[in-house]
Amino acid sequence: MTILRENLDTALETAGWTAVCAYTDLLPEEGVCVLVDGHQIAVFRTFDGDLYATGNLDPFSGAWVLSRGIVGTRGAEPTVASPMHKQVFSLVTGRCLDDPATAVPTYPVRLSGGAVEVRVP
Amino acid sequence: MTRLVVVGHGPTAYRLVETLTDRGFGGRITILGEEPRPAYDRVALTSYLAGKSAEDLTYPVPDGVVLRLGSAVTAIDRDGRTVTTADGHAEPYDVLVLATGSSPFVPPVPGKDLDGCFVYRTIDDLDAIREASAGATAGVVIGGGLLGLEAADALRGLGLETHVVEMGGWLMPRQVDEGGGAVLRGHIESLGLGVHTGAGVKEIAADDAGRVSGLVKPDGETIGAQVVVFSAGVRPRDELARTCGLAVGERGGIAVDDGMRTSDPAIYAIGECALHQGMVYGLVGPCFTMAEVAADRILGGEAAFTPADMSTKLKLLGVEVAQFGAMDGALDVTFMDPVTGVYQKLFVSDDARTLLGGICVGDATPYNTLKPFVGRELPGSPSELLFTGGPANMELPAEAVVCSCNNVTHGQICSAIADKGLTDVAEIKACTRAGTTCGSCVPMLKQILVKSGVEVSKALCEHFTYSRAELFDIVRVRGITTFSQLIAEHGTGRGCDICKPVVASILASLGNGHILDGEQAALQDTNDRYLANIQRNGTYSVVPRIPGGEITPDKLIVIGEVARDFGLYTKITGGQRIDLFGARVEQLPLIWKRLVDAGFESGHAYGKALRTVKSCVGSTWCRYGVQDSVGLAIALELRYRGLRSPHKLKSAVSGCARECAEARGKDFGIIATELGWNLYVGGNGGFTPRHADLFASDLSTDELIRVIDRFLMFYIRTADRLQRTSVWLENQGLDYVKEVVLEDSLGICAELDAQMERHVAGYADEWRAVLDDPERMRRFVSFVNAPGTPDPSIAFAPERDQVKPVLIPLEAVRS
Repeated sequence: MTILRENLDTALETAGWTAVCAYTDLLPEEGVCVLVDGHQIAVFRTFDGDLYATGNLDPFSGAWVLSRGIVGTRGAEPTVASPMHKQVFSLVTGRCLDDPATAVPTYPVRLSGGAVEVRVP
Repeated sequence: MTRLVVVGHGPTAYRLVETLTDRGFGGRITILGEEPRPAYDRVALTSYLAGKSAEDLTYPVPDGVVLRLGSAVTAIDRDGRTVTTADGHAEPYDVLVLATGSSPFVPPVPGKDLDGCFVYRTIDDLDAIREASAGATAGVVIGGGLLGLEAADALRGLGLETHVVEMGGWLMPRQVDEGGGAVLRGHIESLGLGVHTGAGVKEIAADDAGRVSGLVKPDGETIGAQVVVFSAGVRPRDELARTCGLAVGERGGIAVDDGMRTSDPAIYAIGECALHQGMVYGLVGPCFTMAEVAADRILGGEAAFTPADMSTKLKLLGVEVAQFGAMDGALDVTFMDPVTGVYQKLFVSDDARTLLGGICVGDATPYNTLKPFVGRELPGSPSELLFTGGPANMELPAEAVVCSCNNVTHGQICSAIADKGLTDVAEIKACTRAGTTCGSCVPMLKQILVKSGVEVSKALCEHFTYSRAELFDIVRVRGITTFSQLIAEHGTGRGCDICKPVVASILASLGNGHILDGEQAALQDTNDRYLANIQRNGTYSVVPRIPGGEITPDKLIVIGEVARDFGLYTKITGGQRIDLFGARVEQLPLIWKRLVDAGFESGHAYGKALRTVKSCVGSTWCRYGVQDSVGLAIALELRYRGLRSPHKLKSAVSGCARECAEARGKDFGIIATELGWNLYVGGNGGFTPRHADLFASDLSTDELIRVIDRFLMFYIRTADRLQRTSVWLENQGLDYVKEVVLEDSLGICAELDAQMERHVAGYADEWRAVLDDPERMRRFVSFVNAPGTPDPSIAFAPERDQVKPVLIPLEAVRS
């Protein structure tokens, strides 16, 4: 595709970002799962309205379920607990707080207008 | 960089590698394991057959360690410092550790290799035993020692008529004396197992197809069995060491010095394959100590292994057996109660003041209280200690070992509590490792905590300092209706997977509308959030409610059609229901719609709520029945359905004293009498089975329902999180609960009645309520940006004419 100079900033701005749902599709302290280029991504909205995105695969059970976990906090860290066996993951880093050797991937997520966008590498 | 190669990957190897990485070993570690899976907890092997998965038992592999599985080492080249595996891989080493373990000893009896003969050591062995047991009726274990009885427990758990054959004069001859063995035998026979002591094996008999058909004793008697498990001891796996010329013992075992070094200074041996001062150790405690000694030496330390404490405490077939210290002494004192099957013996010095050792069968309390006194002066006379359990404030010496598995002393635990401000058993475990292996010292850890003046916290989690019962009262008395209000006013943070479902349950018990409305949905555990039961591949199962287990043929056909149309795996449950497995989230409403249209509701076969009320056929059809058990079961299930509680609630109604509905295994069970109903409470199956206690007799139906209403509401108000009625009842005391419920000693019965009335009046079909509300329906998609797309990760394979989930191998997930 040819990118005109005047469109370049917008093109860079949108490059790699995929709109996945409306912000209003997300409920406070709940997750949803979205499908982007075959990747299952769990998108969470915390009580304060912040957005986080992690992989949907629970590395302990091998089931694609993290978006269905309970969202909460541990100390100041926003977390999700796997609905399978309740291992708790940081929404910020993806690291499992009960087993630091294990982590799930995290993805950049942002609000653009009323749309939630994630970027998958 | 030092290249460390470990041969074998069992618990000892795991402990070695963990210790090395914890202590910052800078070299490269390669583990060559013969089994196809990483090290797992062999002490807990039997729990695998009881339902734990291989993953549950598997130890973690530290970061940066290279683990080659299915990689049996066949040769060690000591000059070239290289080991070779069966698949031809050569691994060079600077330091080699042999942790090859042991292999079961199979005595050379005719027929030992027949199809149907097994040993009991690995997960693969257990899988093979389980498979063979599926078509078998009886099994026999050769060997009545510790492992033999574990194997017998496993066979019994698989539903086989089970026999144990022991060459010695009594069971567990290494742990108990003849008197203890006799008491143990009584326990085991009362469980229906056949015990044959002083009995050898002439041969294993075969049927025409060459499969095991029984065991023939030297006297010619045959014990019919299709499964034979050899558990006649183990032999160290020293064959690698032998072929490469390392020193081994006459009766096997790789000879090591106090630093776990073999005759080649570059090679260590640890665990069950090692021979130290003429002893081979098969218990996990000494093996872990060896691993730690070897790790210390590899890191340049000076640690030394000393002959280990061989104390054992375990619960086999529900019977506690323990042995500590010496098994003889100048004097001994025995306490024996043939009624309860308790046998306790202490060995003491000739002045009866110094404890030398002890044996316990049936009740191992002396092990917990007295073992630390071995080799020391006792705090009282031996008979007083046995009869009374010892003086209340026995002071443990600081150097007394509390956890033998990890060699942790009373002093170490006390200083950890004081210095690091530990407040619960979990913290003691994390900090000192005490109690992390066999767990038998955990009750003692609790006592030490209490004695240290630590108030054991009743806080639910980091967000609330209150117990569940206290939160219930706060919510009830203050009329709080949302989690946000509760945590803002009485907690900190934004909650977690522990407190949120508890608060959701409390709000639901007090009647706050549909469980998915407003903020409540975000509090629910996944089963309540999707109103179905999550399964291991992330799909759900649906269990249509069948009150009392009574169902019309037309409705049965509908269930069959729904299962067929959605391709669901179908199984009859233990609670007189039909479970339909494999539904994706977006299919759940479609399935419920079909069920609702046919007059069903889905059921609470998940979640902390009333599950089912089972019933027998009852007086309508059964010629023995004295009351209509089916009618009562239906009425009870419809009355209490949807009632959220601290844990699941199960019930059953039997129409006569024959008790076909197994009501005494339930949280509340009812048994018909000529005059009415007897109510039993506090029973359950599960991990710690308990028979329910008789609560009230010969009640009319109205009286019965009123008592159950009050009992359940009192339980819901006052129980801890995840506390079944059984434990709650034992904590409260049966008499106290009777006073509250039957005599209204607290004056709260009118309130309890009103609360239950509100529940009954407010109940609505929760699944239909989802179908009727687009807002609630929003959650039921796999992908919010692709609502029509099913989850591509969910796949099924055929098995026995139905489907089963295809799971991703966990190794692929974790790497």
